[in-house]
Amino acid sequence: MISSNCGEARESDLLPLREVSMLENADYEVVVSAALKKHSNTEGGLLPILHEVQDALGYIPSDAVDIIGKTINRSRAEVHGVISFYHHFRNHKPGKHIIQVCRSEACQAMGAEGVIENLKAKLAIDFHETTSDGKITLEPIYCLGHCACAPAVMVDGVPKAKMSSDQMDGIVDELRTPKNDN
Amino acid sequence: MTTKIYIPRDSSAIGLGADVVADQVSRVSHSMKQEVEIVRNGSRGLIWMEPLLEVETESGRSGFANVNSADVEDLVKANFTEAGLRAKSVGIVDEIPYLKNQERLCFARNGITDPISIEDYIENEGFKGLRSTLDLDARSIVDIVTDSGLRGRGGAAFPTGIKWNTVLNCQADQKYIVCNADEGDSGTFSDRMTMEGDPFALIEGMTIAAFAVHATKGYVYLRSEYPHAEEVFNAALDVARDKGYLGKNIRGGERSFDIELRRAAGAYICGEETSLLESLEGKRGLVRAKPPLPAISGLFGKPTVVNNVITFSSVPFILANGGSAYKNYGMGRSTGTLPIQLAGNIKQGGLVEKAFGVTLNELLYDFGGGSASGKPIRTVQIGGPLGAYIPEKDFDLKLDYETFAAAGAMIGHGGIVVFDETVNMASMARFAMEFCAIESCGKCTPCRIGSTRGMETIDKILSGEDRSANAELIETLCDTMLHGSLCALGGMIPFPVMSAIKHFPEDFCLEPHATMAAA
Repeated sequence: MISSNCGEARESDLLPLREVSMLENADYEVVVSAALKKHSNTEGGLLPILHEVQDALGYIPSDAVDIIGKTINRSRAEVHGVISFYHHFRNHKPGKHIIQVCRSEACQAMGAEGVIENLKAKLAIDFHETTSDGKITLEPIYCLGHCACAPAVMVDGVPKAKMSSDQMDGIVDELRTPKNDN
Repeated sequence: MTTKIYIPRDSSAIGLGADVVADQVSRVSHSMKQEVEIVRNGSRGLIWMEPLLEVETESGRSGFANVNSADVEDLVKANFTEAGLRAKSVGIVDEIPYLKNQERLCFARNGITDPISIEDYIENEGFKGLRSTLDLDARSIVDIVTDSGLRGRGGAAFPTGIKWNTVLNCQADQKYIVCNADEGDSGTFSDRMTMEGDPFALIEGMTIAAFAVHATKGYVYLRSEYPHAEEVFNAALDVARDKGYLGKNIRGGERSFDIELRRAAGAYICGEETSLLESLEGKRGLVRAKPPLPAISGLFGKPTVVNNVITFSSVPFILANGGSAYKNYGMGRSTGTLPIQLAGNIKQGGLVEKAFGVTLNELLYDFGGGSASGKPIRTVQIGGPLGAYIPEKDFDLKLDYETFAAAGAMIGHGGIVVFDETVNMASMARFAMEFCAIESCGKCTPCRIGSTRGMETIDKILSGEDRSANAELIETLCDTMLHGSLCALGGMIPFPVMSAIKHFPEDFCLEPHATMAAA
């Protein structure tokens, strides 16, 4: 059900064009078309499509935005608007591992700020950044629902509760070992 | 003889090591040739005891708290008797005062059953409410819910029966049931625990709602931060469909209903019902102006019931036992029970379901055991990031929607975040503004711009720049946000900010008199 764009997006509305390494993203078209096939007839199915793509690739490549828009009859600007609205969606490739740290009040009450400062220093990056070796991305998150056992973090989707700076250092060291490269 | 062991699959328990313990139990018992059946139950809500390993015995389920993998070998060697790990034994779990002193209607099964065993669910009163509706017409179902006095547990406390009645009275070719599982408030986790520990209760509650308003399709909008809840709930949906509790002609009756789980994408604002509906429609989660109410024109423009997880999962008890059985709990217009979540700096954090009327003191000290740090509790924030900070002098407040409103506070979704004396209230007030700036949908100016200006103005106060003038400015700004914002995000962020200034002016280096009019 490919149809024309309803309204062209202004250049300034578009995602900044990034060079997509075709070798690295050789499979992205497969992923996107599978997601579209699965959900293009789902009512209000844009979020499910975007989730499928990000679950498989770790982010939503800018080239995918065009294909998705055309297929579900939404402009590129609209699709981009949805991606950029939600904190969960990324428009750039994350590191091999993702550490999400809760910044919410319950975690703050148990010293999350200290854990976060320590983690930023150890990784030498700020939130939304990836270490220069491409291994670890650090993201803030606003509540993981582990408020009775704070501070909480999620490492590659695995919850970790009652975290101390020392424990986080251990987790980072573990992620940096070569066996966790893939 | 096979020993039956329970190790929670609740994600907080996993965060504290439950998966590692379960693996270790299975490995060690296998190598010692002991027959063990491991059930991955939900959590009892005694989060401070997790991982709580339970063993089925003749006198009930006996527990071991905070078990780690190093404990497992001793436990297996002693055939899971108390002697194996005396230091961590907590005796019969049902007898633990924290549990025994609760009134669990909504959380009656959580931690007891295997969440995705429909047999367990049915054995423990499950689907009794739904069964009773098979002989009732829609109007009678709505009347029972109205009679119970149940009010929305997401935070707004709107009477559920009245909302359902509006949807029932709408003529439409399609109506929807939408469950708000975008539990974004810090300090709350009862939705998560329900979906991970007793998902059929939500399925049953939504199905009853569908029967009550003639809806055939339901959505659960679940936050992306809860992958474990997603896994358990999807598994439960499959089981329910397979056993004829969802789909066409449910339980051989005339009615059909099915549920689809939709994953949210990390926007706090999508917990606001109209923003949630926009998101379900595949759009940016911008707040809609009301009216029209979602009950009249909701999802895809159709009449829609939007309720919170706990609201829906409170419904099966009401249908099974009658509206007055539910109304017997509670005080005033706050009928029934509330699953309260004790969070933050609290010694015994977890889930406490109590009838309305319980005081903060009882919750914080009798159940919670005081702060986790051992230092005095200075303040609590109730109702998430938009809730007021309550000082210690008000800890005799009774949990009741009207009592809280009169005190300038709100119960919200029942999360209580505890702070000890080391908290800096100026930085909490600044965080409230920062959070609002990050999460504002941007549709209305007071929220979009006001939050950023608020953050800057608090910074000015803290750096000593024209303190009293800037304190006055914050007050005016909060007043504008309160009255001019489209929804509760911008409209309520003034509560934590102004309550922090009012009760703790010293943290802002302000004289108490400078803020007499505040909050």
